[in-house]
Amino acid sequence: MLRENQRRFKFDWVTIILFLLLIGFGYINILSASHVGEITSYFDMSQPYGKQTVFIGLTVILIVFILSFEAKFYERFASVIYIISILALLGLFVFGKDVNGARSWYGIGSMTIQPSEFAKFATALAVAKYVSDLQTNMLTLKDQLRVVAIIFTPALLILLQNDAGSTIVYLAFFFVFYREGLQQVYLIVAISAIVLAVLALKFSLLITLVALLLVLTTLYFSRKKKRTSILQYLLVLGISIAFSYGVKLFYEHGLKPHQQNRISLWLRLEKDPAKLELMKKREAYNLIQSEQAISSGGWTGKGFLQGTRTTGKFVPEQHTDYIFSTVGEEWGFWGSSFVILLFVMLIVRILYLAESQKLQFSRVYGYGVASIFFIHFTINTGMVMGLIPTVGIPLPFFSYGGSGLWGFTILLFIFIKLDSNKINEW
Amino acid sequence: MRKLLLLSVAIFVGLVFIARLFYLQVYSSSSYNIFEDNAIRKVYNYPKRGYVYDRNGQLLVANQPSYDVMVIPREVEPMDSTDFYEFCKLLKISKEDYTKKLNRATNYSPRLPSPFVPQLSKSDYAVLQEKMRKYEGFYIQKRSLRSYQTTIGANVLGDIGEVNRGIIVKQPYYRLGDLIGKQGIEKTYENTLRGTKGIKFIQKDIFNKSIGPFKEGRLDTLPKPGKDITITIDAKLQAYGELLMKNKRGGIVAIEPSSGEILAMVSGPSYNPNLLVGRERSKNFSKLYRDSIAKPLFDRGLQAMYPPGSPFKTLNALIALQEGVVTTEERFSCSMGYRYGNRKMGCHAHRSPANMNIGIYESCNAYFANVYRRIIDKYDKPAEGMDAWSKHVKSFGLGNYLNNDLSVGQPGKVPNAETYNRGYGKNKWYTTFTISNAIGQGEVLATPIQLANMAAAIGNRGYYYTPHIIKNIEGDTIATKYTTPNYTTIDKQHFEPIVEGMFDVYKKGTAKSLQVKGIEICGKTGTAENFAIIDSVKTQLTDHSIFVAFAPKDNPKIAIAVFVENGYFGSRFAGRMASLMIEYYLKGEITRTDMENFVLRYSLEHEYEKPYSGEPFGINRKTILDPIEEKEFQKSLKIKAEITKS
Repeated sequence: MLRENQRRFKFDWVTIILFLLLIGFGYINILSASHVGEITSYFDMSQPYGKQTVFIGLTVILIVFILSFEAKFYERFASVIYIISILALLGLFVFGKDVNGARSWYGIGSMTIQPSEFAKFATALAVAKYVSDLQTNMLTLKDQLRVVAIIFTPALLILLQNDAGSTIVYLAFFFVFYREGLQQVYLIVAISAIVLAVLALKFSLLITLVALLLVLTTLYFSRKKKRTSILQYLLVLGISIAFSYGVKLFYEHGLKPHQQNRISLWLRLEKDPAKLELMKKREAYNLIQSEQAISSGGWTGKGFLQGTRTTGKFVPEQHTDYIFSTVGEEWGFWGSSFVILLFVMLIVRILYLAESQKLQFSRVYGYGVASIFFIHFTINTGMVMGLIPTVGIPLPFFSYGGSGLWGFTILLFIFIKLDSNKINEW
Repeated sequence: MRKLLLLSVAIFVGLVFIARLFYLQVYSSSSYNIFEDNAIRKVYNYPKRGYVYDRNGQLLVANQPSYDVMVIPREVEPMDSTDFYEFCKLLKISKEDYTKKLNRATNYSPRLPSPFVPQLSKSDYAVLQEKMRKYEGFYIQKRSLRSYQTTIGANVLGDIGEVNRGIIVKQPYYRLGDLIGKQGIEKTYENTLRGTKGIKFIQKDIFNKSIGPFKEGRLDTLPKPGKDITITIDAKLQAYGELLMKNKRGGIVAIEPSSGEILAMVSGPSYNPNLLVGRERSKNFSKLYRDSIAKPLFDRGLQAMYPPGSPFKTLNALIALQEGVVTTEERFSCSMGYRYGNRKMGCHAHRSPANMNIGIYESCNAYFANVYRRIIDKYDKPAEGMDAWSKHVKSFGLGNYLNNDLSVGQPGKVPNAETYNRGYGKNKWYTTFTISNAIGQGEVLATPIQLANMAAAIGNRGYYYTPHIIKNIEGDTIATKYTTPNYTTIDKQHFEPIVEGMFDVYKKGTAKSLQVKGIEICGKTGTAENFAIIDSVKTQLTDHSIFVAFAPKDNPKIAIAVFVENGYFGSRFAGRMASLMIEYYLKGEITRTDMENFVLRYSLEHEYEKPYSGEPFGINRKTILDPIEEKEFQKSLKIKAEITKS
């Protein structure tokens, strides 16, 4: 009993306070973004905010439940949890319900549940389990392929269910692998690939080619002593050209028109004013409304429930993916900066805790948690402010929805549990 | 190093996002303005504009509703072709008009409402109102236009019109499409008549549907109705004055000396104030504006500056008495004029030598030349005398703006030493250089309202109230400057001989033929030589006919100045008209119908056309009076009967 008491005090309260602040502030904004007329009851189940009240209430039970398990349980049953989540994703093809063209939900009565939100922590557990296995060596191609397979399975299933946004989240695990010793060359390749893709789309292939040649030539001549064979450079050049061409082809033929337009808007590729005007009414519509709402907030915002654009429902999907525009309009620069600060602090705190873990499993899992939060935060907020092309994924703890809220809560609290146990690990 | 990748990227992203927020919310966003927020619908409620009554309580100006189609360009949605066709047809505009109007509105502001088609007729409004929902970005704004209950007094009443952008910039109360007083009392009493418009802020949703009051209506305001005003004008006297001025150009200003209230303010030619109401306003206004010969928008009672001529002599007599340079009985001889140096100022045949009384009623130029010289030469230097004289003259309200509540005015001109120093060089001029001032020619200029005011000051024996047009404001008081007397520099006891002289003008002088039974009128005739540039040659035209009077002699009820362009000698037109106005105002009827018939029958239109005919013409004695057609004359008599009825 004494041991139990001691353990309880080791929960990282900084993280828990950040979590509570995010949930609380998020709830206030959902209230603003979803209320219609007077708020009569916070438990009004016909309104999103009423449902969110219940979701948050259930979260408390969920947290108690998660923390009540032994820390070891999660490591031991990582594979089982992973397999269950894969099965849940597979089951969608048979029992799933179509919402907005994506088959991502199970319908239970009037409630819906989205297994992809739960697959994230399951995958994080599975990756942690596999990477921390004594027999795994991240430097070997075999293990690299296996761990990629762990990620790819849920990612592919989610993509097949037409939820491209959630698929992108799985790229987060790159940060985990890099931390765990993935070769430097992967980072270089990843960065180069992003730069090349943007270059190829924004400018012509020819310009990309010239830029590539310049960089490679400089590289070649700057390394006078350990000069690698020129063939290798030619190989890199060839792959790069093929990649650039592939990106261009994929952009033109592989993407759905709305996805293509989102990228086109982001990179300002469209020059035809008529088409641009049409895009402003379709793909860019949400973004323009969202940016206007945020802009109108000014330094201090218009105040709780006082946002004219929020009240007028000018930003579609405002209580879900575009919730940050409510923060921008009603709480202004100071409020929105505060939210950004909260997220950065949460990520930094998790990373700090992860580094202090004695078990590799806990560390890898912690990195997974931080990376997933990072990707969600970056993509969602970046999209709402017009810095990143539109990708529909929620802002953790802020966006309306039970599955998302629970998924993120489980993700975070398993780590808090693991972390609380570190003094017992010698 | 590997530990730091995600950490540094996360912090970097946080910084970039905060920078982006700063850009969006602080740098590129102008401070929040509810009027530019398209999530909030602004509904204006225009108050009733105050009514205008004449001094006897007759309603002159009321209101009528009007409906403007307004547009907020940013909210306009493209219509399908049948809707578009219907919309254009309802508004009676073409496709090109639509594009032109929309572009003009967009150029002004895509966010703020602009008038699209102003002032619909009632029937158009009824049809359009039901369909308005279909046309997004357009709405109907109700306003009130003026409804004139009379056809007279256009120059007094003025008009309202759409506010221009320059005013909107200076006075943000006004929004595009609002109406504002443009002339007359509508302009000077704009703030009183206008009231304050009410505004409702309504929260809209994305579908442009109202979803309730913004902030529970805490920012909303109720319209405050404009205040009714009563003006000092006597509508009947004004109407009669306008009738007398028909077919002539000139001005009549009548003032009540005991209060400074303007009883009538006629400018000829006049126009019907109803011309400047509604959709026709701009068309009619530019027509009036472009008439550069008759200049109907030029208020001759207030803006026309002429040499005052003989009526000004009364002032010189007063100044001479005040300065103590003559007695009333001192006589000066006149042999058809006054000689100074080798020059001569002409005069007509009359009793000589003349004392002050004879000087005034015979209007003797020589008498006043002598008197004037005495005034100036009383001082060691002509400059000092000139300045003393000038101060006296200015104390009668001449030579400066009257600072009253009329929308236009002119200062006139009264010379002082500085005027001549500038012209001739310092101290290089003598009294004789300025001798024309003695008889109201030379450098003196005055407007009819200034002359009427001068007559009022003489009638009051030494003071005047600033002439004004406001009598009463509903629930308010009028400015104290209209109820405090302005004293002239002449002591009261000096006025009686001058008043007697002016009375004798009627009894045995130049206005002998203008007597009205039962009324003791004091007056003074005048003529003013005038010139026009015709084909770049300075050409003399027929003299202007001037008359200044007040009546009765003691405790006068009316002081009047009449000015008729090219009317020849003072008693011919101006004197007759002044006497008729006085008789009508004091008795309510006309006994001197012979004078009335003369004024109504003869037109000066022919006289005005002469200089532009390109043919040689005679002036003054050589002009021939030109009777109007009998039908027109009968019409005028009918109008007169209508005015004097009841």
